[in-house]
Amino acid sequence: MHIVSIISLWFIPVLIGFILLYGTVKKVPTYETFVEGGKEGIKMAFSIIPFLVGMMVAISIFRASGALDFMIDWMRPGLEKFGIPADILPLAIIRPISGTAALGMTSDLIAAHGPDSFIGRLASTIQGSTDTTFYVLTVYFGAVGIKKMGDALKVGLLADLAGFAAAIVVVTLMFGM
Amino acid sequence: MVNYIWVGMTIIGLVFAAVNGTMSEVNEAVFKGAQEAVTLCIGLISILVFWLGMMRIAENAGLLEKLANLFKPFITRLFPEVPAGHPAMGYILSNMMANVFGLGNAATPLGIKAMEELKRLNGGKDSASRSMITFLAINTSSITLIPTTVIAIRITYDSASPTEIVGPTLIATSISTIAAILIDRYFYYRRSRKG
Repeated sequence: MHIVSIISLWFIPVLIGFILLYGTVKKVPTYETFVEGGKEGIKMAFSIIPFLVGMMVAISIFRASGALDFMIDWMRPGLEKFGIPADILPLAIIRPISGTAALGMTSDLIAAHGPDSFIGRLASTIQGSTDTTFYVLTVYFGAVGIKKMGDALKVGLLADLAGFAAAIVVVTLMFGM
Repeated sequence: MVNYIWVGMTIIGLVFAAVNGTMSEVNEAVFKGAQEAVTLCIGLISILVFWLGMMRIAENAGLLEKLANLFKPFITRLFPEVPAGHPAMGYILSNMMANVFGLGNAATPLGIKAMEELKRLNGGKDSASRSMITFLAINTSSITLIPTTVIAIRITYDSASPTEIVGPTLIATSISTIAAILIDRYFYYRRSRKG
């Protein structure tokens, strides 16, 4: 664990130093190149705004109206048959849609059930092992102007489902109910 | 598909609000959601500018090409449509590296650059290519080595062992990444059978 935390602490600084030194050795005009590349970042951030605004407003409406809570209550009996705690469902639904909302829900679950409870551990594992599919999809495809997504959404969501299933199984096996 | 989900979430929410009498919350949610989205984008500018600047240096120095060559056997198998030594490979790899180390913010600009290169490979069309879908699938199941944020939350709530979830997270994320690749392959073969 110590090595892992050292790596996470040193990774970015070492990467920055390495790129700058490597560029200097290869005679790249580092500062000019940095500025030139950075300009692109401004354009990119602004081009993402409409995609995120559209998506996040829809999610907020869905959540604020009470529709999300209704969906959870409706699905609860079916889920509990498969050993899936219904409390985890909002997180599972929100996780592919909104990263910040999912983080909020994870902290909420950990606060309510305790970090070392089954739900707490499960929420931690789900939060850590999956990513925000809709965010990745809207940002990556939006920034480069991909309009026809093909199977991308289906594949992404099914992968998320596999991630949740894996998290539930692994946490159950390692820590028990 | 995304059109239906988008409209569906909004309309279901609106109908619910009408029935439930939560219209005032919904009014607030419209403005809060939009504001949150813009705040997120503004926050992204700093990181995007910095990492895209750094990565331009790495790119011009030939560093990404080197990285791509190193992992060529692995990546050519995953992305058969990307020619060996193409800059897209370098971006894909740096994006994966950033994800592995939990650098979500560094991963985003790299992922966008990778998509840009993949779009160029696809003749600039506005439809997703096979490689784009594979890249996306791997990204959404992101292999995580250190779930930093989660560990931080667990420490905040006095966990007896905040880092105990590192093991399960790594196992779960590996399984989901393998599953993502398999699911992606399945959909690809289904597509190609249909012609």
